[in-house]
Amino acid sequence: MTNYSRRRVLKGTLAGAAVTVGLPLLDCQLNGNGDALASGDALPVAFGNWYQGLGLNPGMWIPKKVGAGFENNIQLKVLDPYRSKMNIFSGMRYFLDGRPHETHTSTVEIAMTGAVFASIDKIGPSLDHKIADVIGNRTRFRSINTSLDGSRRSLSRRSGTASSPAEPVPANLYKQLFGPEFQDPNAAEFSPDPSVMARRSVLSHVTDQRKSLMAELDTSDRTRLDEYFTAIREIEQQLDLQMQKPVAMPACSKPSEMTDTQVGSLVSDVQKNAKLLARLTAHALACGQTRIFNVTTGSQGWRFEGNPRGWHVTTHEESLDPVLGYQKTVFKFLTAANETFADFIGALDGFKEGSGTLLDRTLVLWQTDHGDARTHTIEDIPIMTLGGAGGRIKTGMHVRSAGEPCCRVGLTVQQALGVPISAWGDRSNQTSRTVTEIMGNV
Amino acid sequence: MSRKALMVGVAGLVVAAGAGAFFAFTPHKAAPVGEAGKAVTRRLTNDQYANVIAEVFGPSIELSGRLEPDTRANNLIEVGAGQVSVSSDGMAQYEMMARGIASQVVSERTRDEMLPCKPKAPKEADAACADQFLTRVGSLLFRRPLTAEEQKHYVTAAGESATTLKDFYAGVSLSLGAMLASPQFLFRHERVEADPDVKGEFRIDAYSKASRLSFFLWNSIPDDTLLAAAKSGELHTARGLNRQVARMLASPRLENGVRAFFADMFGFDALPTLAKDTTLYPSFDNVTVRDAEEQTLRTIADVLVSKQGDYRDIFTTRQTFLTQTLASIYNVELVNDAPNGGADMWLPYEFSENSGRGGVLTHLSFLALHSHPGRSSPTLRGKALREVMLCQKVPAPPAAVDFALVEDTSNPLFKTARQRLEAHRTNPVCAGCHKITDPVGLALETFDGDGSHRDTENGAQIDTNGELDGIKFSDAAGVGRAVHDNPAALSCVADRLVAYGLGRMPVESEAAWREGLKQSFAAAQYKFVELMSKIATSPEFYRAAPPAPTSTAALSAPNQSGQTEVVR
Repeated sequence: MTNYSRRRVLKGTLAGAAVTVGLPLLDCQLNGNGDALASGDALPVAFGNWYQGLGLNPGMWIPKKVGAGFENNIQLKVLDPYRSKMNIFSGMRYFLDGRPHETHTSTVEIAMTGAVFASIDKIGPSLDHKIADVIGNRTRFRSINTSLDGSRRSLSRRSGTASSPAEPVPANLYKQLFGPEFQDPNAAEFSPDPSVMARRSVLSHVTDQRKSLMAELDTSDRTRLDEYFTAIREIEQQLDLQMQKPVAMPACSKPSEMTDTQVGSLVSDVQKNAKLLARLTAHALACGQTRIFNVTTGSQGWRFEGNPRGWHVTTHEESLDPVLGYQKTVFKFLTAANETFADFIGALDGFKEGSGTLLDRTLVLWQTDHGDARTHTIEDIPIMTLGGAGGRIKTGMHVRSAGEPCCRVGLTVQQALGVPISAWGDRSNQTSRTVTEIMGNV
Repeated sequence: MSRKALMVGVAGLVVAAGAGAFFAFTPHKAAPVGEAGKAVTRRLTNDQYANVIAEVFGPSIELSGRLEPDTRANNLIEVGAGQVSVSSDGMAQYEMMARGIASQVVSERTRDEMLPCKPKAPKEADAACADQFLTRVGSLLFRRPLTAEEQKHYVTAAGESATTLKDFYAGVSLSLGAMLASPQFLFRHERVEADPDVKGEFRIDAYSKASRLSFFLWNSIPDDTLLAAAKSGELHTARGLNRQVARMLASPRLENGVRAFFADMFGFDALPTLAKDTTLYPSFDNVTVRDAEEQTLRTIADVLVSKQGDYRDIFTTRQTFLTQTLASIYNVELVNDAPNGGADMWLPYEFSENSGRGGVLTHLSFLALHSHPGRSSPTLRGKALREVMLCQKVPAPPAAVDFALVEDTSNPLFKTARQRLEAHRTNPVCAGCHKITDPVGLALETFDGDGSHRDTENGAQIDTNGELDGIKFSDAAGVGRAVHDNPAALSCVADRLVAYGLGRMPVESEAAWREGLKQSFAAAQYKFVELMSKIATSPEFYRAAPPAPTSTAALSAPNQSGQTEVVR
């Protein structure tokens, strides 16, 4: 074991100030695969996780045709401009394996982590974290988490005890991404900021105390402290990155500054903020600031002005329209939600990069909790992916399944993005069957 | 001096500070039977973080940004805090917040006031001055003196950065920022040691005890006197502990502690994001929500702290405090008769006897929080009353239920919630739970979804007859009286307070202690502060499971790929 610390290495070079900084190679720079950024050709893949509770209208989203060349059903027509870049999965389901059906909770856990867990200390990482472990360690932000309804909670979690906060306010996200600490990756000159070096060095004094702290703790507290130190290590890695000349990102541009907006669960506010957050997310991806984003829609609380019930309550309390055969207000909510999603996808697809678009090198996974929210069904769950992950995913397919676990899609997405797993999910949700129809060049 | 000798000395001692005979120390003869509960490491809650910063650096320091949201477990954030860690994004926020605070502390405007010394040269490192400042601040933030290792790390860090950045204050700022982002600050770790007075038993150490006490009673860090009592060993003696607890209960900071407990127990963390439909409830906005929380906490603090009153009275008292904003929703006249109008926007107010209002269950904070955005909900209110006030568990509704027919408010046959729910209860699957929630909630139906008063719903007169565990009532105030007289409410608050103090659910070996606490609570006429005192002065409160044996395997650090490397 070599007896050096990163801090000491840094310290030695600080005297020389703004020249090349020789950092020891970090583990994270070695893992991951297929990243051709350094050579300047292929742009890196990105992953987006879109979670929208309350399902879709049964009978109104499944395309008639299975396989390639499907037509969108009425509720998903709004996604027509991206039809060749999307996949739809129907017929899959969640399994509870005899556990109580905590509506809107159990199935969220399966969608995000592959399993329903009994207690907070047994919850596994959400799939975005598993993906971030592979592709998220070389950017200034490991991921950006936003919520559309004003909430500060996201569904992204490293474990049950470490769940990521979400940023609902576009103006705040702007400051974090493009505030004074933003370095233009295309700037000709680069000199590492001495204060970043100093911060890095100071943090290592915290990590140097790890051993003596750990010695005092029992197993469960050690696990929690481990999570703390993992998080600190990630900050250190981000600081290390800030001391290196950023890789040029040709399509990068800084968005115009954002002013404060009204944030909340009114659909009009949700849609306005979603547009701003989409723009920021697109610029952040294009500028190499992150490769992972999570959007929590908080759809259960969405409201239309003047309507006493939120979306969730409406799904349970609105009568089926005797003529139309569906819940009219719920349909309105779904239309709004699908428009919001389509707008977000539009922001990625509208961002040109070379001969393609940002969406082409991104993979967005759309998931939900129930097939029919009105009665909390867990069968025939709608799932979508958008974007081709730089050729790793084939698109334009409707994949029909006969009651297989939804985790098949989660497995496929993770494998496409380089997560080294052969199976995903717990008990009946577990599957090792990749959706081979959509696997591209991984 | 042995513990036994001490106990003889203090047996029957009544500590001053108006605490009354409840403080009489009961000798604790035998160690409790059964395995002790674990001393829990808690992450500072968002409120505690803000309290500590204000206390150490003054209220002018601005906290900009968001901290990782608190987590609720077993109905308490304080129990959730004992289970959470921190996520990567959350840590990035803590670190950013830490730097923001540190740079304000050493800013040119405040540095002379904050630092006890000036550097010999402002552009160079000055270990002595940095040491003086960081050691003092560190002992406050870590709630104990820094270890030699910690002291060395932070002073060195300040020196290195000062040299790099050619600025003493920038160095101190970065080191302070690291301290504020450190686990010793963010997590309240409790150290366990062998109890020299009871063979084979363990307890938390003196500084951990001081911290446990100060967060329990004040929701903030120990003051210098308490830290001194920890240092001298005074806190480990029964007399010393009683003296400190009596002092802390007499402090004005007790109110912060009582408020924090009730904000946690009543779930007020959900209030800031509570949204009401402004078309239906045009006067209900963010200010209303903020004031509604304050109204209830002020009322509770008045009854329980200022008047040293009976816990049960918070469910019946018609006395409260209002602002003009609240008065407009309560639809009452609030007259500011102080000379020149007075500066305080909060005015004492007493609801009239026939107003139907009395006790916290008729406050906006309860009525609006447990309603839908656009209408009231007898079921949600009944459920909250049972779960929050009586510690009972109401099962979640079954998954496959169609509510449409019975919840259609435009149906002319079902104008009121009572009629709609009556129809709902014809379904035997639903009846079981609705029977326990609705009769309570229906009596509160004269209060709309925003908490304002109404007599009719869709033109039909509202019937407010209801029942709670066999006690019948005919109006909202009757609900409060029924909770006031319900033994479950007393057992509930005692159990919640114990869990809140310990940061975890009680274990089996603590059953007898909890039973004793409840008896003492009754004997003290349910004076809430005396329940706090009894808990804080119990040896059981500080008893802990033996510390975990350290194994070398646990000391190796996992790296990114999941393999392990030996820590330097």
